[in-house]
Amino acid sequence: MATTLPEPPKIERDRLPSQGSGNGGWRNLVPASADPRQVKDYSPPPASTGIWVGLAAITMTFAAFTSALVVRQGGAPDWRHITLPPVLYLNTLLIVASSVTLEIARRRVAAFMGGLKDPAANPARWLFVTLFLGLSFVAGQTYAWLQLKAQGFGLATNVSYSFFYVLTVAHAVHLVGGIGGLVRVVGKLNKSVLRRSTLDATSRYWHFMGVLWVYLLFLLWMKL
Amino acid sequence: MAKIFAVTIILIAIASAVPIVMHMWPMPQDISTHGALIDEQYADTMLEAGISFLASQFLLAFFIWKFSAPRPGERVKNFPGGATGLVAAAFLLVGTEVLALGVFGTKAWASVYLTPPAANAVPVQVQAGQFAFYFRYPGPDGTFGPIHPEQISEANANFFGLDTTHDQDSKDDIVAAEMAIPVNREIHLLMHSKDVGHSFFVPELRIQQDFVPGLDVSVHFTATKVGRYEIVCTQLCGLGHYNMKAYLEVKSQEDYDAWIKQQSALQ
Amino acid sequence: MHDMSAPAAHHGAPTSFIRKHVFSLDHKVIGKQYYALALLAALIGMALSWIMRIHLGWGNFAIPGLHLLSSTGAPGNVLTPEYYLQLMTMHGTIMVFFVLTTAPFAAFGNFFLPIQTGAEDMPFPHFNMMSFWVTFVGFWVLIASFFVGDGPTLGGWTQYAPLSAIGSVGGPGQGLGVVLWATSIAIFCIGQLLGSLNFITTTLDMRCKGMSLMRLPLTAWAWFITSVMGLTAFAVLMPACILLILDHVAGTSFFVASNLVINDQVLPHSGGSTLLWQHLFWFFGHPEVYIAIVPGMGIVSHVLITNMRKPMLSHRVLIYSMAALAVLSYMVYGHHMFVSGMNPVSSLAFSFPTLVITIPSTIVVLMWLGSLYGSKLQINSASLFSLGFISMFISGGVSGFFLAQPSIDIMLHATYFVVGHFHLVMGVAAMFGIFAGTYFWFPKMTGRMMSEPLGKAHFWLSFVGAYCIFMPFHYLGIAGNVRRYQAFTDDYLIPLIPVHKFITIAALITGFAQLIFVYNLIYSRFKGPVETDNPWQGTSLEWSTATPPPHNNFGATMPVVYHDPYQYSVEGASSDFVMQTSPEKINNPNEEK
Repeated sequence: MATTLPEPPKIERDRLPSQGSGNGGWRNLVPASADPRQVKDYSPPPASTGIWVGLAAITMTFAAFTSALVVRQGGAPDWRHITLPPVLYLNTLLIVASSVTLEIARRRVAAFMGGLKDPAANPARWLFVTLFLGLSFVAGQTYAWLQLKAQGFGLATNVSYSFFYVLTVAHAVHLVGGIGGLVRVVGKLNKSVLRRSTLDATSRYWHFMGVLWVYLLFLLWMKL
Repeated sequence: MAKIFAVTIILIAIASAVPIVMHMWPMPQDISTHGALIDEQYADTMLEAGISFLASQFLLAFFIWKFSAPRPGERVKNFPGGATGLVAAAFLLVGTEVLALGVFGTKAWASVYLTPPAANAVPVQVQAGQFAFYFRYPGPDGTFGPIHPEQISEANANFFGLDTTHDQDSKDDIVAAEMAIPVNREIHLLMHSKDVGHSFFVPELRIQQDFVPGLDVSVHFTATKVGRYEIVCTQLCGLGHYNMKAYLEVKSQEDYDAWIKQQSALQ
Repeated sequence: MHDMSAPAAHHGAPTSFIRKHVFSLDHKVIGKQYYALALLAALIGMALSWIMRIHLGWGNFAIPGLHLLSSTGAPGNVLTPEYYLQLMTMHGTIMVFFVLTTAPFAAFGNFFLPIQTGAEDMPFPHFNMMSFWVTFVGFWVLIASFFVGDGPTLGGWTQYAPLSAIGSVGGPGQGLGVVLWATSIAIFCIGQLLGSLNFITTTLDMRCKGMSLMRLPLTAWAWFITSVMGLTAFAVLMPACILLILDHVAGTSFFVASNLVINDQVLPHSGGSTLLWQHLFWFFGHPEVYIAIVPGMGIVSHVLITNMRKPMLSHRVLIYSMAALAVLSYMVYGHHMFVSGMNPVSSLAFSFPTLVITIPSTIVVLMWLGSLYGSKLQINSASLFSLGFISMFISGGVSGFFLAQPSIDIMLHATYFVVGHFHLVMGVAAMFGIFAGTYFWFPKMTGRMMSEPLGKAHFWLSFVGAYCIFMPFHYLGIAGNVRRYQAFTDDYLIPLIPVHKFITIAALITGFAQLIFVYNLIYSRFKGPVETDNPWQGTSLEWSTATPPPHNNFGATMPVVYHDPYQYSVEGASSDFVMQTSPEKINNPNEEK
């Protein structure tokens, strides 16, 4: 048995900020300097953990929708094949592209914080492109809904359409949340302080929305 | 206070066991061929659950009694063997117990649900609707006529939506508001729901099965005792749920044949 | 030197009344708000159970003033059959969601999880505030269904389709009532998802210096495990509710099959799956049982340890057992559907994990019993309710042996046996956990003690009363007494009516005892004796801060943790207990490293 006072056990080193205060990084959330454009090269854990937890919940929700679809399809006499509106494939391109542009923005922020203060590398431009692509995706989805509606295929026309609307709308609602996150990031970048964790969390969410969409498209294409 | 509490726990535990041991409110008598297996399984489980229940409550009471008034300066003690012994005991004792229950219980379950009905089983169809059961027998042709939902009419007493003018199979179908079955013959019960979820429960028959709207399910059983029993609905089906019931008449083969003849004349 | 200049992304102490007490970001205020909501909901739920019990014992008894609640539901102050079912549904829904989930998990968890982990607050205080207010709105949406259309839904808290999905042709409350019910629950799910997100992140990321995961108290572990369950369970119930609402308002057919006939009219739905709702609901529903009970396990362990003056036999084994319960709870939900028409082979497949779940439950009980051995047990209201919890948990647990087996379930499904089982194990036991927590933590939450004599009176009446109510339920169930009946007209049920009368009397007396608790709670809040910071001589972090805790929980210096949470009766220590924050060196071979 040691004879000195017991040291507090080591807490996870990698979680600690560089000049850490030890309190889970709380003290480091606001930059010490007054530079409003300063972006700190430190991710406070709560945002990054929180986003994974949130994504887990969203995954469960869509897993529930998926199993509902599979169970409902099983042995149903009224399951019909439907043709997906072609605009969906264009939308897929848009959302994949938006992930790419967001990733470019995110890397530029990292470089920006790494000391490479190249004004040409301003990440805001790429964030605006991402935002534009995201809004185009929502517009494209709306176009798909309106197109189906015009052809007389409503939510209750057939269970295949019911699932089509439910899944695409549920995805769009979550994606709009991501757009809100992007707007927040842009706002923070322009006005005050952007925390690296905010950007990381937002981009993880956004990429997840892209992956989720590709999955949903595949599911709808397979099953409907 | 602690000692009174300990005694209270013991009294409650004993008082809880008395009605079970004394069979004050027993299970209804069993009139089925498969019921003995279920009852045996129930009795075994009651024995094991009862012992677990009494033993743990007594132990809880005993420890409360014993350790609530420590003498001044007394040290706390650890349970002999620590946590490991208790965890091992839980795995071994309870693990074996539940595994045994599970494995033996499979036999009882399989006898009801995992065996096909005999080829010569008497087919009876039961339709559940808010808030009544109706029964249908296929008649001499042995075939049930098709159901036409749009023709279902309470007013015309066409409870099954049969089209006796067009469907040959429907013409000799017998519809009744109570269920008669021959004793010691296997019954193949086809279950159809007219509207929402219902359930078919005859405690004496050791049969409970939900109706699934949109999906016809079936059970099979053999009644061994002549008599009149109640069929009750156990799946919440609306405001008349509590009053949704019918009677099951288990008859001798002769009485059953006579009943079928009589019902056939009424159609 | 640390950078202490700014209050960080963290919020400063609010100044206005609204930001302080209404739309507060402070987890402690939010915890109290949840507690108040749960208390209100519990009183409403209990009043409903009184009305139901009186009706079951004496069907024609006129309850004065009942017609004020609904003139059509209770003409002449006597319940109609449908209104009985409507009140029953509301009783179940209010109790399960707004009491058993909010009180032990959201209320106590909000107040104490950040303090016990050594955090200033939850990481996402705005989400936390939303979590409460969303739940609050959900509650009033549910209550609103009493007063609109033809009243609340009568479909039972399980809301089985297609009865719940076909609209008002199904009966009173099946139109708007169901829509409000499903909306309320979907809103509730959002609230609990936000809460779970905060709980998980707090536990993982906000721990103070020295607070390793194994140094968290059992309560913190219980809330953490519960929040993981909540995150997955509520994320499934919400889409189910959305599909149910769509079947109502948009005419879709997720849950309504083809060719259903009501009043000689074929319903305009096709192909929906009846069992789909049950699968989705019980995938949530079974974990929900553990969401209600696991925080109670944590609270009871925490309270007992303090009152036994010794740690649990094994800290880790309890944590692993609670985690095992959480994992298994997802694999057993099918035992609610043994006779539902589901494939009979799946019934067997669901039966085995259900039986296996008795192993971690048994281990938890044995840990409690083994820890009682050789302890220096102190009897007070909090420890009495904790011991009562153990007794109730055993009693409610052993009936699980029966219901886990599909063959026996043929006889006991949908009878009072099931009602007795879940009331004891998730109703009474969980309530006892809430009471134990209240008596124990009240001095920390308010700075005043609750009255011990009143607390003990409350305990004795509740303990004996609950057994008088719920043990006979089992006998009724064995005799075949079907649940959800508003009257017993079947020949074989009529002889059982005297038992129901006995239960009703017991329920009225036990309910009365709860009013003692409410009085004690309110009286002590304002007039109770003022307490010190650590009245029970506890060791975990909530006892090392001021009473009531300051806005950031710990004042100027954040705590540093040196010990396991429960260092009681340590050999050679300067006192009977060593607080987690005490740098005192102790020689305890069992201490986690």
